[in-house]
Amino acid sequence: MLNYIWAFMILVGILTAAFTGNLETVSNSILDSARDAIDLLIVMAGVISMWNGFLAIAEDSGLTRQLTKRMQPLMRFFFPGIPDEHPANSYICANFIANFLGLGWACTPTGIEAMKSLKALELERGHSGTIASDEMCTFLILNISSLQLIPINMIAYRTQYGSPAPLSVVGPALLATSVTTLAAVILCRLMVAINNKA
Amino acid sequence: MKLLNFLSVFLLPFVLFYILVYGLLQKKPIFELFIKGGKQGLHTVCELAPTIVGLLLAVGVFRSSGALDYLCSLLAPLGNLLQIPVAILPLSIIKMFSASGANGLLLDLFKTYGTDSYIGFTASILLSCTETLFYTLSVYFMSVGIKKTRWCVPAGVFLALLSLLVSTRIAGVYATGP
Repeated sequence: MLNYIWAFMILVGILTAAFTGNLETVSNSILDSARDAIDLLIVMAGVISMWNGFLAIAEDSGLTRQLTKRMQPLMRFFFPGIPDEHPANSYICANFIANFLGLGWACTPTGIEAMKSLKALELERGHSGTIASDEMCTFLILNISSLQLIPINMIAYRTQYGSPAPLSVVGPALLATSVTTLAAVILCRLMVAINNKA
Repeated sequence: MKLLNFLSVFLLPFVLFYILVYGLLQKKPIFELFIKGGKQGLHTVCELAPTIVGLLLAVGVFRSSGALDYLCSLLAPLGNLLQIPVAILPLSIIKMFSASGANGLLLDLFKTYGTDSYIGFTASILLSCTETLFYTLSVYFMSVGIKKTRWCVPAGVFLALLSLLVSTRIAGVYATGP
């Protein structure tokens, strides 16, 4: 799927540019995007390696395990297929906490670790591990629906652009997030149920 | 209001403080652990690099060529039907691929329409209630070699559309500007 979407964007972009005489802009933007990506990665490298460092401490000291225990009921609800003692639980919890708090790039390393342990779970089940499991899909969709409680970055942007009430977005955003997250939960449940019946 | 300001400033230091104190109390070699984890983090970023280059490339070409505007004008009738302002559509599409691209568009909208106009407020809510679908999908799944993503893309696109609807409706109620 991603293969097609990716190719579609680039091919259609180049064709549109060819027909509208925009090719020079596109050539420039090809080189610019590649450079922008590396600029972004340099910032990410610092932040992600910092978070990963702190996560390693939280994990080794048993902090994540303790938090996971408290969130166990939630985990059982979202991921009934993961055994209670499986390490996937603690990575998913760490990722959810990072998401709740809006810790931005702390989400990526925890998310990847969670996916790795979900893959390990798939291999334990005797599957090939190249097809996304129900848990992987649910985890991903919940991540996309945004679990953030306070949109800190958005408040900062609004302040920067002279909003008379930068914080007025907090309540509406929480409402919107609740609706989309609830829809995501229902959607995941539905998809898992449909797929397991078939 | 004050509490939120306080939270946004203190959250990050507090989380780090808590982790460090917890580690110290458990008598763990915290600095060594930090270095070990950090190394792994850098490794993760290196593995992510080609994915991000690829995604930003696609977004860059699609946007700069005018294809995005063209697609949005094609989607405009559908937008009108659902009472979604056309100005919001590009933001909603780019947000599926790149958070930094979406932030760039957001700031353009803020400059053109103002932060608390209907469009500015819709954009504020929209970016607060969704995450980048294809970025997350490719980063998370490629890191573990998943080839079949099953129902993730349709479900994600459905949620993106839903968040667009929800944002415009809520903004209609709360936006203070025109």
